[in-house]
Amino acid sequence: MSVDLDVVRKDLVTACGKVRKGKAADAGDGGAPVPALVASPGSTAEAAAVMRVAAGHDLAVVARGTGSRLWWGTPAARCDLVIDMSRMNAVTEHAHGDLVARVQAGARIGDVQAALARAGQEIALDVPGAASVGGVVASGLAGPRRLRYGTPRDLLIGITIVRADGTIAKSGGKVVKNVAGYDLGKLFAGSAGTLGLITEATFRLHPRPAARAFVTAGYAAVPAACDAVAAAANSPLVASAVELSRPGPGGPIRVGVLLEGSPDGVAARAARMAGLLGDGVVADAPPAWWPGAPQAGPGQTLIRVSFWVSALARVLDTVDAAAAQAGVSPLITGSAGAGVLYLRTPAEGLLGQPGAAGEAGGDPEWTADPGGTAGQAIPAAVAEFVAAVRAAVAGERGAVTVLAAPAAVRGELAARGGMNGTVPGLALMRAVKDQFDPGHRLSPGRFPESA
Amino acid sequence: MTAKAVTLAAAMREICGACDVLTDPLELRTYECDGLTSHRTVPALVVLPETAAEVAAVVRACAAAGVPFVARGSGTGLSGGAVPHAEGVLIVLSRMRRVLEVDPVSRRAVVEPGVTNLAVTQAAAPHGLFYAPDPSSQVVCSVGGNVAENSGGAHCLKHGFTVNHVLGLEIVTPAGELTWLGAGTGATAGYDLLGAFTGSEGTLGIVTKIVVKLTPAPEAVHLVLAAYDSLEAGGRAVTDVIAAGIVPAAIEMMDALSIEAAEAAVHCGYPEGASAVLLVELDGPAAEVEAELATVRKLCEAAGAREIRAADDPAQRAGIWAGRKSAFAAVGRLSPAYIVQDGVVPRTALGDVLARIAALSAESGIRVANVFHAGDGNLHPLVLYNDAVPGEAERAESVSGAILDACIEYGGSITGEHGVGVDKSRYMPKMFSAADLDTMQLVRCAFDPASLCNPGKIFPTPRLCGEVPGHRRGPRPAPSGAEIF
Ligand SMILES: Cc1cc2nc3c(=O)[nH]c(=O)nc-3n(C[C@H](O)[C@H](O)[C@H](O)COP(=O)(O)OP(=O)(O)OC[C@H]3O[C@@H](n4cnc5c(N)ncnc54)[C@H](O)[C@@H]3O)c2cc1C
Repeated sequence: MSVDLDVVRKDLVTACGKVRKGKAADAGDGGAPVPALVASPGSTAEAAAVMRVAAGHDLAVVARGTGSRLWWGTPAARCDLVIDMSRMNAVTEHAHGDLVARVQAGARIGDVQAALARAGQEIALDVPGAASVGGVVASGLAGPRRLRYGTPRDLLIGITIVRADGTIAKSGGKVVKNVAGYDLGKLFAGSAGTLGLITEATFRLHPRPAARAFVTAGYAAVPAACDAVAAAANSPLVASAVELSRPGPGGPIRVGVLLEGSPDGVAARAARMAGLLGDGVVADAPPAWWPGAPQAGPGQTLIRVSFWVSALARVLDTVDAAAAQAGVSPLITGSAGAGVLYLRTPAEGLLGQPGAAGEAGGDPEWTADPGGTAGQAIPAAVAEFVAAVRAAVAGERGAVTVLAAPAAVRGELAARGGMNGTVPGLALMRAVKDQFDPGHRLSPGRFPESA
Repeated sequence: MTAKAVTLAAAMREICGACDVLTDPLELRTYECDGLTSHRTVPALVVLPETAAEVAAVVRACAAAGVPFVARGSGTGLSGGAVPHAEGVLIVLSRMRRVLEVDPVSRRAVVEPGVTNLAVTQAAAPHGLFYAPDPSSQVVCSVGGNVAENSGGAHCLKHGFTVNHVLGLEIVTPAGELTWLGAGTGATAGYDLLGAFTGSEGTLGIVTKIVVKLTPAPEAVHLVLAAYDSLEAGGRAVTDVIAAGIVPAAIEMMDALSIEAAEAAVHCGYPEGASAVLLVELDGPAAEVEAELATVRKLCEAAGAREIRAADDPAQRAGIWAGRKSAFAAVGRLSPAYIVQDGVVPRTALGDVLARIAALSAESGIRVANVFHAGDGNLHPLVLYNDAVPGEAERAESVSGAILDACIEYGGSITGEHGVGVDKSRYMPKMFSAADLDTMQLVRCAFDPASLCNPGKIFPTPRLCGEVPGHRRGPRPAPSGAEIF
């Protein structure tokens, strides 16, 4: 920061009124720097004014939704100002006849869903209710239903952003079908706060399904589980999710399928799906192990492996071999039918209830001591594990991305392909970053600097 | 004046082979326009590369010489996106038409850009799969063109657009480098350049390979045709179906004029004298479709249908669809010339906007036939005129513009699936602010700072990118308060 804190503070107060000094808690859990100041704009116009002040004083800026995944990825290396979006929490428009809703970025997804549910509608994302809309979009977070509905970028039809220099810009609109101009929503979905500040998002909605069923089965052998996943995902029974969970390498595999629709239709399909899975069990609530959106607790490393489903068996075997070699025991979960698995390590010993983590209901209790000795010996092993999986999956047209990791693991990873490994199109990504944030002031160091 | 591009001919022959480089004026003229014939420019040079490496070499040669280039797929685009540059090279991808791979277990296929949309579904069909985006031009249009336009189709209401079904693109950047966008898995680290590229109308690079998602073919498909005495009544049925929580695969509507045209052209046998015909297609698991079908029939009747037909076998369905799918061409028989519009309105505003179109038509004496994707509010007003009558083309153009104004006024868009191209770039400032357009063009500057890749499309005023490749300024421009526009 180039000037006196008081001058900056005064300018920020003029911009939006709600400004305070930063506290340790504003940095979140991931070892990010404590911001000097926190501003809470109440509108896009105020957010733009704040961004202009930040540009004028050359401040490093981090946008904050609810902070639930602020520590994901590589934390910002510098942070002078946190822009706290929590005051921008309104559902600005819900055109239920058009199945469209415009929402401010600071709104909690759970509150938004509750409002939409009054018209029997929803944003078809199964993500934790506590996450903010802006955070969900910026992190690209999606749960099991990605198989049918995709990720936030697939449901986003319009976006309003504030650029690093304070310029307000929008793309898309409030109609589902629209190809006028470049789609900035796609670019900002998953941009992790590094291209600009998301202030509003417009989503296409879906009717809330009248009924749902979960069909689950367990397998001792990898091939049988993989056949079940493929059969479920490729069947015309229209699965909304095909999930897999394995408590550790070599362990038994559970496969679960979510079906949604009319009560009669779902009942008939569930019976047939149970047959496809071998001897599937039908229930109307998710099993305790249902993965929900990916999450990780302090001290844990969360790894996303994406691949072609025909390679699922090889991916599972690869994970086993790499885990044995590195001496780690990851919990394996995820949207196997969509070709996405999450590996969380260490899985045991840190969880309150091993194997039951990550249920749809919310964050589990973490009994871990993030600063304690439990995590000390592991980082090199975790990094070795990541590198081994990455090397093996490279031959499968897959990608291995570390979504969250403690600082020690990030340090070990630096020399082993980093958090992202080889990123296709990285040179273009750097060029995009340079255009949108020429001063590299938005979550500096997070991306693409880290890649 | 000899265009600089012509001097590249020898180099291009070196790259692509002599017979894949066209310089003959008559041959060049074949490529002067795409599906929108009102915009024509003869290119300086046409090349037909056969591999990604050839495309890259062609683009590198253009970049080195500072010559603009334009990609062309099958040339069915309806916004002039593939209109050549008079001093540039037209790169035609139609020789790259191999389906490289179909992986039924992964539900993925890898295709070259010149493969037709329908060919993907044909390759997938033996495995019980299909490629969901289905533009009406699917027999001829290319997947590369679909990616560039983010094409939709009648069934995108339920199944999504091209962007929802593309998982990876190999592209040649405007600097002539081959790179991938997306890993082909639907989950990649970093920015979603794949998503940003899709729908960029050939302005960010040239697609040379596409990884697409395939979808299990639906178990049951039912098509309901309902005839009404007014568009309003048909519109009511649409609203009620959506309100019932049903997402049909497609909801299409045609007005009296387009019904009459289709009848004359393909004898589709739609109910005589109807003012509106509504088509609702339901697809999915048999049990769901049966239940939805009963509801849809009931709602269509309640909205005042004078006749309802239902078809579940493929031949019957194809017969009914033939009327709708022939509509554009059929209307051509009613009138020597017409403009196809592609505006979108929030579905609930359909009634108001259709009334406005009727009023515009009555005031101007210009006939407008309406065919539209009622489920998502995407209108295709066909504005009919006789170019032999002095002044009529201008009046048609002004009706057409007024329709787009109405779409924008109701919170809609100037284009739902055909793209902006050269045709609608002048309407962009009505829909977007200068800051919006400037921000979009930051992406352009990142991909194509020299502005050689399909220049002059989408944006009415090009943005100066501020830096020439190879001559980078310092990382941090002076922290000014605001951008100058
Ligand atoms: C009768 C008819 C019906 C139609 N129905 C529909 C419909 O239902 N839905 C719909 O969305 N569209 C429809 N269209 C429009 C058109 O078919 C689509 O836009 C189609 O995607 C264009 O494909 P193409 O191969 O013909 O592309 P072209 O017309 O050749 O090119 C279109 C654009 O794509 C760019 N391009 C082409 N290939 C590449 C490449 N490999 N890399 C980068 N850029 C490239 C071009 O530069 C141009 O900007 C229809 C057109 C007609 C004539």
